[in-house]
Amino acid sequence: MSETIPQGVPAPRPVAFARTVPSSGGRTGALRWLVHAVVAFIVLWFLPILALLLSSLRPQADTATSGWWMALVRPSYTAENYLLALDQLRIAGSLGTSLAIAIPTTVLVVLLSVIGAYALVRMNFAGRTALSLLLVALLVTPPQITLVPLLRLYNLMGLSGTIPGIWLYQVGFTLPFGVFLLRGFIALIPQELFERAHLDGASELRTFRSIVLPLSRPIMASLGIMAFLWSWNDLLIPLLFMGGSSMSLPITVNLAGMVAQTTQGQGPLMAATFLSVAIPLVLVISLQRYFVRGILGGAVKG
Amino acid sequence: MLPLGLGRTARPWVWLLLPILLVVLILIYPVIATFATSLKDARAEAWVGSENYRWAFSGAMLDVVGNNVLWLIAFPLITLVLALFTATLFDKVRYEPLAIMVVILPTAISFTEGSVIWTQMYSFQPAGSPQIGTLNAVLGLFGVGPVPWLIQPVVNNLALIFIAVWLQLGIATLILSSAIKNVGAEMIEAARLDGAGEWRIFRSMILPNILPSVLVVLTTMIIVALKVFDIVYVMTNGNFGTDVIANRLYYELFAVSNLGHASAIAVILLFSALPIALVNIFQFRAEARP
Repeated sequence: MSETIPQGVPAPRPVAFARTVPSSGGRTGALRWLVHAVVAFIVLWFLPILALLLSSLRPQADTATSGWWMALVRPSYTAENYLLALDQLRIAGSLGTSLAIAIPTTVLVVLLSVIGAYALVRMNFAGRTALSLLLVALLVTPPQITLVPLLRLYNLMGLSGTIPGIWLYQVGFTLPFGVFLLRGFIALIPQELFERAHLDGASELRTFRSIVLPLSRPIMASLGIMAFLWSWNDLLIPLLFMGGSSMSLPITVNLAGMVAQTTQGQGPLMAATFLSVAIPLVLVISLQRYFVRGILGGAVKG
Repeated sequence: MLPLGLGRTARPWVWLLLPILLVVLILIYPVIATFATSLKDARAEAWVGSENYRWAFSGAMLDVVGNNVLWLIAFPLITLVLALFTATLFDKVRYEPLAIMVVILPTAISFTEGSVIWTQMYSFQPAGSPQIGTLNAVLGLFGVGPVPWLIQPVVNNLALIFIAVWLQLGIATLILSSAIKNVGAEMIEAARLDGAGEWRIFRSMILPNILPSVLVVLTTMIIVALKVFDIVYVMTNGNFGTDVIANRLYYELFAVSNLGHASAIAVILLFSALPIALVNIFQFRAEARP
C-alpha cells in the first residue's frame, strides 16, 4: 500500500461538519432565503416519520376518517395500537426472531471480515491481487442470482426455515463488503508496528490479537452497524428461506404480509412499523459517527 | 511439522479458509449453477437452449424490463440532483449536523418499513370523500382533484421510485458532503472575492472537484435500482404496470415455480450489474497503484 489514502478509509477530515458560515455579509437576503429552503426541506423529509409516529398513537376511529395531521390539530392519543400489535400481530415474537437473526449475523460478519481482511492485506501470496479484484466484483452481485440454487441446497441440507440458514446466507453475502471495508483500514496501520512485533518474535496470531484487533475497533464498529442494519432490514432472504417455519416470522416479513390484509386497520400496522424502525433509528442516532464512516468507507457498494 | 517454506505459503490460505468457503458456497457456486439452470426448462431438468432468454425479452416481460429501465435512469438521477442540492446547501447553514441527521434517518429504515410509511403519503380516496393521504390532502388545498398515486400508470412508478429516493438520499448526501468539504475553502473564498456568484462557484469549482464522488453516487444508486424488490412487492406487488424484474423473479420462483425463467431473469440482473463491477474494478486498481 502506498501513502495515498485508499477509498476504504476515512480521509483525514471525513465529514467534519465544521461551521462554515460564509464570512462576507453582503448577501444576507440570499442567505436568509437559503436558510428557509433548508429548513423547509428537512421538515418535509422528516414528515413521513412524524406521520408514522402520530398514526401509531391515534385511536382507530380517527385513523379511518381523517389524516394523521389531525392528531396535531385535535390531540387525542392512545396506546391501544401498540397493545393490539403486540397481542394480535405477534410483534414481540417477530422482533425476537429478527434479533436472533441479526445479532449472530453481525458478530460473525465482523469476526470473519477482520480475519479475511488481515490475511489479504498483511500476507503476500500468489493470487492476492486476483482475490482482491474478485472481491470488488462481488460487492455489486445482486442477491437474486443466488436464489434458485440455494433454495434447492437449503432444502437438501435441511436449512430451510431455520435461523442458522439465514445466518449462513447473510454472513456469506455480506463478507465481501466487510473484507473490503476493513482491508482499506488495516492497510493504513503503520508497517513499523508489524516489523517490531515480528522482531519481538510475535506469532501471526499474536500480532493479529494485539495489534490488528485493538486498532481496528472503530472500523469494526462501523461494519457492525451496517451488517446489523442490513440483516434487520432484509426482506427477500427471510421471505424465501423462512417459509414454512413454525417460528414467528421476522419483522420485515410480518410487516410485508400485514400491508396486504387491512383487517387490523392502519393503527396497529403503524405501531408495529414504529416498533421495528425504533431499533435501527436509535442505533444510527447514537452511533452516527461510526455509521457515517461505514457509508463513506464502503461507498463503492452502498 | 511442515517445512518452513510450505508453512509460509499455506498460512494465508488457512486464515482465509472460512471466509472463502462461505463466499464460494453463498455466492460463487450459486452464480455458476444459476447460469446452468437458465438454459433448462421450468423444472430444471431438460436443456432448452436460449428459450428462457427469448421469453425474458418478449411479450409482457418487455413492460417489466421497461420499468427497470425507468428505475435505472430516474432513481439515480433524482437522488443525485437532490443530493447535490442538500450537500451544497447544508454546507452553508449553521445547523448542518441536524440537517444531515434528518436525511440520514431514513437510511436506517428498511425498504419494507419505508413502503409502509409511505402508504400514508399516497393513500387515495375517490374525489368528494375526505382525503386521508398526505399528498392528496395537499392537492385538495389547492383545489386539485386527488391522484391515485399507486394506480395511475407512470405516476405510480415514479411514486415508488420516490420512496427509494427518500430512503437513500442520506447516503448520497454523505458521500457528496464529504467531497465538498475537501474542496479548498481558500480557493472558493478567493473566487468569491473576485465577484464570482454562488452558482458559478458551484458549476466551475465545486462540481469538477467532486466528479469522482458523483460517479460513486451514481454507481451505488444504479445497483440499488437494479435489485429493487421490497418496495414493489409491498406497495403494488407488481400490479398496475409497476412490476420490476426482481419482483417478477420472486413470482416465477414461487407462484409458478418456473426455475428456468427465474434463473434467466437472475442472469440478466447479474449482467446488468457487470458494467458497474468493471467501473469499480478500474477505480480500485487506480487507487491501489502507488
